[in-house]
Amino acid sequence: MTDMLSENETEAHVDLFSKFDPLIEMRRNLLASGVEDPFNLVMERVLSPTVAVCNGRETILLGTYNYMGMTFDPDVIEAGKQALEDFGSGTTGSRVLNGTYAGHKAVEQALCDFYAMDHAMVFSTGYQANLGIISTIAGKSDYIVLDIDSHASIWDGCKMGDAEVVPFKHNDIVAMENRLRRIPAEAGKLVVLEGVYSMLGDIAPLKEMIAIARKYGAMVLVDEAHSMGFIGPNGRGVAEDQGCLDQVDFVIGTFSKSVGTVGGFCVSNHPKFEIMRLVCRPYVFTASLPPSVVATAATSVRKLMHAGKKRAHLWENSRTLHKGLKDAGFQLGTDAPQSAIISVIMPDLERGAAMWEALLHEGLYVNLARPPATPANMTLLRCSLCAEHSAEQVQQIIGMFTRAGKAVGILG
Amino acid sequence: MDREQTSARIAALIEPFNKKGVAITDATRFTDDLEFDSLTVMDFVAAIEDEFDIIISMNQQAEIENYGQLVDAVVKLQD
Repeated sequence: MTDMLSENETEAHVDLFSKFDPLIEMRRNLLASGVEDPFNLVMERVLSPTVAVCNGRETILLGTYNYMGMTFDPDVIEAGKQALEDFGSGTTGSRVLNGTYAGHKAVEQALCDFYAMDHAMVFSTGYQANLGIISTIAGKSDYIVLDIDSHASIWDGCKMGDAEVVPFKHNDIVAMENRLRRIPAEAGKLVVLEGVYSMLGDIAPLKEMIAIARKYGAMVLVDEAHSMGFIGPNGRGVAEDQGCLDQVDFVIGTFSKSVGTVGGFCVSNHPKFEIMRLVCRPYVFTASLPPSVVATAATSVRKLMHAGKKRAHLWENSRTLHKGLKDAGFQLGTDAPQSAIISVIMPDLERGAAMWEALLHEGLYVNLARPPATPANMTLLRCSLCAEHSAEQVQQIIGMFTRAGKAVGILG
Repeated sequence: MDREQTSARIAALIEPFNKKGVAITDATRFTDDLEFDSLTVMDFVAAIEDEFDIIISMNQQAEIENYGQLVDAVVKLQD
């Protein structure tokens, strides 16, 4: 034990922020080169799901998760306005106390109908859905087996819980089986997978992986955040598309992508699922979503059940953009389009930032993704398409990429 | 397998990851001396897991800072 200091003594002050110095330095160097700050963009006005005014310029949005373009749907907006008038601006309470309104039950019923599942639990964000479910169901001496490229919310759910955490190489079926095989047979096991991995836009071989997880007696959780509404005949996600949704114990999803608002959820057929509402701390110890948000979500989820034409158009956009960028000479995250995300691999952060800025000047917004969020320390320009992008806009986008790529020296 | 044999097999596995040819002793630290980043750690751990048919969970990895601790952990995990 250290001795108590006398009244006239002081110890040297340790700045808790010094651990951030390397990042501060990296940002300073990047901005010193004169590029616009890629992580400080302000959308001054939003004109539609695909166009906004950024830094005074009209800009095509190709870096949102508004896959199905529901944010300006007239029915969705009307439902939100009505709920705001009828129920007020917020609930000021937890779901388990005063924070469950008719709208919260209605959106949970909409999710049960959308997935044809028995139970749905709505969280205030998608991040909290993963954080809450994973940390709660996998406890001490249980094992979580997960893909190394899992989203931060999955990793944080592992960190918050007491289970043993065992990662395997991205989408590697053999590596996953080797780890499951070595876990004591009597231990509880949870396999955590994602339908679409958002950095490269690639999908998981869920059918094969889930079959193996089942073989070793594991329960299966699949995060379908980036596939809901779009992939699968009914938009239920990659597991539906691969015909294995009935083998998934827990589907995690979000309202902040295809649904077009904010919030997260878990749907399940587990007979004891409802107990989660009492034991899941990120569900209990936070305020519930505002009435207008759950009303827009419920309306949007129900409309997404009948959005086959929009899904088809989004697939067409994805194929056109993938081919256009590939033909132009860009290196892409996947050989073929697998989702609504087309990821363009940049040679390094400096040229990635320069390309990002050149595209912004062309009137195009994409996501700049850099380590540590990216696999293998890649710098990526992530393009996420919307069902409301017109075929003309997609051609415009390809032209912008080609011009910017030549200007920055990424294309020959 | 005794500690010496285990150490010899791990020493062989570490070679492709030891890019700077650092001399390995029990005190060699993975992050500070060998400069392993998180991806290297995953690949190296997977190589050891496959060689000895064991699991080293991330919770256990958090306790292992140097080579000697890794050898001890692998010896224990084979029991």
